[in-house]
Amino acid sequence: MKDIIIIGGGIIGCAVARELCRYQVNVTLLERRGDVSLGTTKANSGIVHAGFDAKPNTLKAKFNLLGNAMFDELAKHLDFPFKRNGAFVLCFDKDELDGLKGLYDRGVANGVEGLELIDGDKARQLEPYISDKVVGALYAKTSGIVSPYEMCIAYAENAALNGCEFLFNKEVVDISKDGNKWKVSAKDGSEYFADTVINCAGVHADDINNMVCEEKFKIVARKGEYMLYDKSCGNLANRTIFQMPSKMGKGILVAPTTHGNLITGPTANDVDDKESLFTTYDGLGEVHTKSLLSVPSLNKRFVITQFSGLRAHSQGGDFIIGESSQKGFYNVAGIESPGLTSAPAIGVHVADEVADMLSLSKKENFKETRKGIPHFATMTDKEREALIKINPLYGKIVCKCEVVTEGEIVDSINRPVGAKDVDGVKLRTRAGMGKCQSGFCMEKVMEIIARERGVAFDEVQKCDGGKIVFGKAKGTDRGAL
Amino acid sequence: MINKNLVIIGGGPAGLAAAKSAYDAGERDIVILERQSELGGILNQCIHNGFGLHTFKEELTGPEYASRYIVEVQKRGIEYKLDTTVLSISNSKVVTAVNETDGLIKYQAKAVIVACGCRERPRGGINVAGSRCAGIFSAGTAQKLINIDGYMPGKEVVILGSGDIGLIMARRMTFEGAKVKAVVELMPYSSGLNRNIVQCLKDFDIPLLFSHTVVDIKGEGRVSSVVIAQVDEKLNPIMSTAQEIKCDTLLLSIGLVPEKELAEKAGVKVSPVTGGAVVDEGMMTSVEGIFECGNVLHVHDLVDFVSKESEDAGASAVRYIQQGIMPDGKVSIVGEDGVRYVVPQYLSKSARLDKLQLKMRVSNVFKNKRLVAEIDGEEVLSKKKQIVTPGEMESIVLTGEQIKRIQKGDRLTLRLKD
Repeated sequence: MKDIIIIGGGIIGCAVARELCRYQVNVTLLERRGDVSLGTTKANSGIVHAGFDAKPNTLKAKFNLLGNAMFDELAKHLDFPFKRNGAFVLCFDKDELDGLKGLYDRGVANGVEGLELIDGDKARQLEPYISDKVVGALYAKTSGIVSPYEMCIAYAENAALNGCEFLFNKEVVDISKDGNKWKVSAKDGSEYFADTVINCAGVHADDINNMVCEEKFKIVARKGEYMLYDKSCGNLANRTIFQMPSKMGKGILVAPTTHGNLITGPTANDVDDKESLFTTYDGLGEVHTKSLLSVPSLNKRFVITQFSGLRAHSQGGDFIIGESSQKGFYNVAGIESPGLTSAPAIGVHVADEVADMLSLSKKENFKETRKGIPHFATMTDKEREALIKINPLYGKIVCKCEVVTEGEIVDSINRPVGAKDVDGVKLRTRAGMGKCQSGFCMEKVMEIIARERGVAFDEVQKCDGGKIVFGKAKGTDRGAL
Repeated sequence: MINKNLVIIGGGPAGLAAAKSAYDAGERDIVILERQSELGGILNQCIHNGFGLHTFKEELTGPEYASRYIVEVQKRGIEYKLDTTVLSISNSKVVTAVNETDGLIKYQAKAVIVACGCRERPRGGINVAGSRCAGIFSAGTAQKLINIDGYMPGKEVVILGSGDIGLIMARRMTFEGAKVKAVVELMPYSSGLNRNIVQCLKDFDIPLLFSHTVVDIKGEGRVSSVVIAQVDEKLNPIMSTAQEIKCDTLLLSIGLVPEKELAEKAGVKVSPVTGGAVVDEGMMTSVEGIFECGNVLHVHDLVDFVSKESEDAGASAVRYIQQGIMPDGKVSIVGEDGVRYVVPQYLSKSARLDKLQLKMRVSNVFKNKRLVAEIDGEEVLSKKKQIVTPGEMESIVLTGEQIKRIQKGDRLTLRLKD
């Protein structure tokens, strides 16, 4: 059987992996860090774009439209949170209404359905908390919201279920030809061989490409900072609220999340350091000030966390998708917005192309669906009772802000591509994502991870490289306390 | 559905005191629901002393203080359920809870006392920029790691905020061999008790920097340093004063927030100032038969005052179970001129009381003032105050005579005067 190596465990790598698993081929995914979804995938707006923004006849425009249409079915098959909530692009200036019409026209040219230009009053009627200064809006009914990391984890679990091997802490440092195979070397000294290598390395895709190809390219890390509000603010926007790009800049969005929080952001600043995931005083200030233009009643007091992510911006401005000049080395790079929306379509496209290149035939027993972790918080009482009868751990609340049970946490650790650390549990179950931001439950989650994974309490990490405690306190014996 | 006269949510100091007093007022059909594996609430991790000076006239540790009430509850045979989390309260007083052994439990209560305490404000609430690596804890989480689990959350520590838990943790970390490099406070004064500043910082030469804040957190994986800066009068950082402090841990002690959500979902009206319910003299909320007491009602400095308030709530809940409520006018109680809030917010005109304690917080540090209570503009009571600070709760006790006079009016105002 042929071998394929995918470099990168973000939404693109995991989508490609899952779609390749439909074929009779060995798929191995190498991820630099300790979990999937930890790069750009984890920290973005979580928007399924309608498709009016991309320039016509670009890969962005094409895959945006194709990807958007796939979400309803995919979210059912892979059981991840998705909602088609619609979006507004707000215009604050009568003189810029022509520009809004331009966006509408571009959307039509791209083949986007369900677009409508509405006036300020109609916009306020539908979204009562938006500013009085809004003079018009583009209403895009096919826009949606998704939980990006849960979507990525769902893809990964389904890929694993269908035979994909996930290897973590495998930073690729060299790729070379070895006979008719590619040899991929990781920092820890391990080596992997494949007929085809697919580069899905996000902001590091240029490093990977440039190890192999004469045709170098550069990926710029473009930072976006965000603020996340608690659920009491979730009703301030039902739809995703964009601002029209203007002379003031690209604008800040205000959107509900699939879990009922409210998100504002992102900024856009190019940074040299591709590990630069910190937020900045100025960046957060900018997010807040600009978000107030759309929804003036936003109150910073209700922010529960802030974060930043890095967009993988290619200098050409469009996605880079296809086999490189080196046979068997395939790039999926420069996947920035609308990359998340495009991911399902890119996954299928890349898998089909690679399968064609390698003359692969389809598997008969591909499992199309994946069942997520049962979410106690959103169940009916009847469902809760039934579940607790089967597994009493679902009667033990660990994170009370988000109502997450021990049953869910244990499940998140023990399923394929399971959680290894506190952040891994958080992304899969929401334990620690509520108002207290893990103040009450972190220590309990640590205990469960230690027990389930058979490691010492003080070896449990927040994320890879992030130790939480430094050994025992002076003169304490845990048994005696 | 289980019928229960009184359901008490929370088995910490507030719930325990409310249960004891409800029993002593004649109620026997009581259950306490506690989400932890033991009664005692947050006191179990507060192993320092200083508790009980008012209640027991002696200095106890947190667990000792809790155990006094636990013994009283057990002596009376009051039912309690551990590892049991309340999921919701309805406005008709149906309490839904869950645990491993019973599964879902539904109580139809005649009265509900919400005594589920408060939580610590997380980092997001004050928008500290920087890395989101490991090593950033709320002070209470660090306290739990060190005192309950027996593990060190850090070796070189900076503490943001001078709330009491932060001050206590500065001393605790020092005892355990950690180096506390600074306590950084945004305001020009501390929100903690003066005695804690002396006993936890001054005695250990730990610097306390007023009008400073953390403007950046650095570190990949784990905290490696924080950057602090002075703030101006509008509390905006002055970046030219920024200085970097090497550390592996940042503790946040930036305020406590009542866990109002359960009661709020039952329709209870919440005060935007205290973060807890708006209540009358018997701690009844705007929903008939639902009561609040302790830190879920408003954040206290001393557990002794929590116990007292909760005993009142327990007795008052029993009165309600036995007698219901009278159709009644209310005197509203408000704070002005430096008085940020007063609890309770209402006094029933027909309530027969021989005394009533009003608890309040001021909005800034004031010196040489009088704390004055006025009914419809007329002074009823005046108390001299050399100094009042936001960190220390103030209280006045009204006599039966004064209460009767107040009940003839409509609006009682508490204010600071020269």
